[in-house]
Amino acid sequence: MELDINKLESDFQARIDAGENIEPKNWMPEKYRKTHIRQISQHGHSEIVGMLPEGNWITRAPNLRRKVGLLAKVQDEAGHGLYLYSAAETLGISRDELFHQLHTGKAKYSSIFNYPTLSWADIGAIGWLVDGAAIINQVMLTRTSYGPYARAMVRICKEESFHQRQGYEMMLTLCNGTPAQKAMAQDALNRFWWPSLMMFGPRDEESPHTEQAMQWKIKLKTNDELRQQFVDIAVPQAEILGLTIPDPDLKWNEERGHYDFGPIDWDEFWQVVKGNGRCNKERLGARVKAWDEGEWVRDAAMAYSEKKDAKKEAKKAS
Amino acid sequence: MTKKEWPIWEVFIRSKNGLEHRHAGSLHAADAEMALENARDVYTRRQEGVSLWVVESKHIVATNPAENGEIFEPAADKAYRHPTFYVLPEELKHM
Ligand SMILES: [Fe+2]
Ligand SMILES: [Fe+2]
Repeated sequence: MELDINKLESDFQARIDAGENIEPKNWMPEKYRKTHIRQISQHGHSEIVGMLPEGNWITRAPNLRRKVGLLAKVQDEAGHGLYLYSAAETLGISRDELFHQLHTGKAKYSSIFNYPTLSWADIGAIGWLVDGAAIINQVMLTRTSYGPYARAMVRICKEESFHQRQGYEMMLTLCNGTPAQKAMAQDALNRFWWPSLMMFGPRDEESPHTEQAMQWKIKLKTNDELRQQFVDIAVPQAEILGLTIPDPDLKWNEERGHYDFGPIDWDEFWQVVKGNGRCNKERLGARVKAWDEGEWVRDAAMAYSEKKDAKKEAKKAS
Repeated sequence: MTKKEWPIWEVFIRSKNGLEHRHAGSLHAADAEMALENARDVYTRRQEGVSLWVVESKHIVATNPAENGEIFEPAADKAYRHPTFYVLPEELKHM
């Protein structure tokens, strides 16, 4: 059969324009496939690496209620990573290759997880702001064009709201506590506010792939639109806590119907992306160690499975 | 380097008694027993199911989307398979 690439591409775009999902076995442009492998795996890696800064505090949670909540939240993030890796694998990349790309630094993960969690309040700030930012991005992605990715997002979004609520409740408890506790909460907000805004990625002018991503409905909103949405939601939430967002330029703009906010330090963003954040080495080191030290377990489980199969075959033959 | 990657399994969940099993997603596991255990942890942490099926992905046979026309289109012009095709008087009840 003669396949006309232009026809395939225009049929593909027509399906997307009609709001249809693209499924693994459907024809897709190579660039669509590659972009998705990169984006979905980066998203999955963020879930997996994202367990590290929070896992750091599980054993030091102030009480059992907080401990079970945080433990369940971190376990969810492991699940999110697995949903996303599975979605990426439908595009023809293996799980081992995905890990290889993470471990060799070829694949990225969200730069927010390269910041340290210095106090218990940071865990509250992460649930509130980092999961809050992730929710805004992920709600948009439930309508993304690639079916397996969109379905993973639906499942993830159902689980995320507990993450944000447990974080916000921690912040609320600290803010209603002693002056020292409230100061801890303020300090956590001071450190996590700007990195949270950076989570939405570079400004639209500096984001060359946005146009294509919108045309293919990989994204339905631009980085700046999502960032604005986040700021508009977070400001009143900070007010309820009685905390001050560390941005002197932050103010309501009646005309735009949005909050104006100050400039983001993009140098810092790019430094962290390039591997020079405070925890890049530690995070990646922890992942590589877990993978390497788990190798004998993976091999043993596989050998056991093969041995069982061989026994079954032998029994059938006799 | 790991010798062999654990195979991929597809997971199906029956959400409550009386409903059919539905595809939930996939995972890696060395054998069927581990696939069920992992499926429980990955897909039913919030009482999403009362029954799980797992099947190794390589055993699933699927239609090819390139052949969707010949497979599914023949049903498109068979309106007589639907109740609305049959014209009955308005006053007729319970039908
Ligand atoms: Fe998550
Ligand atoms: Fe989360």
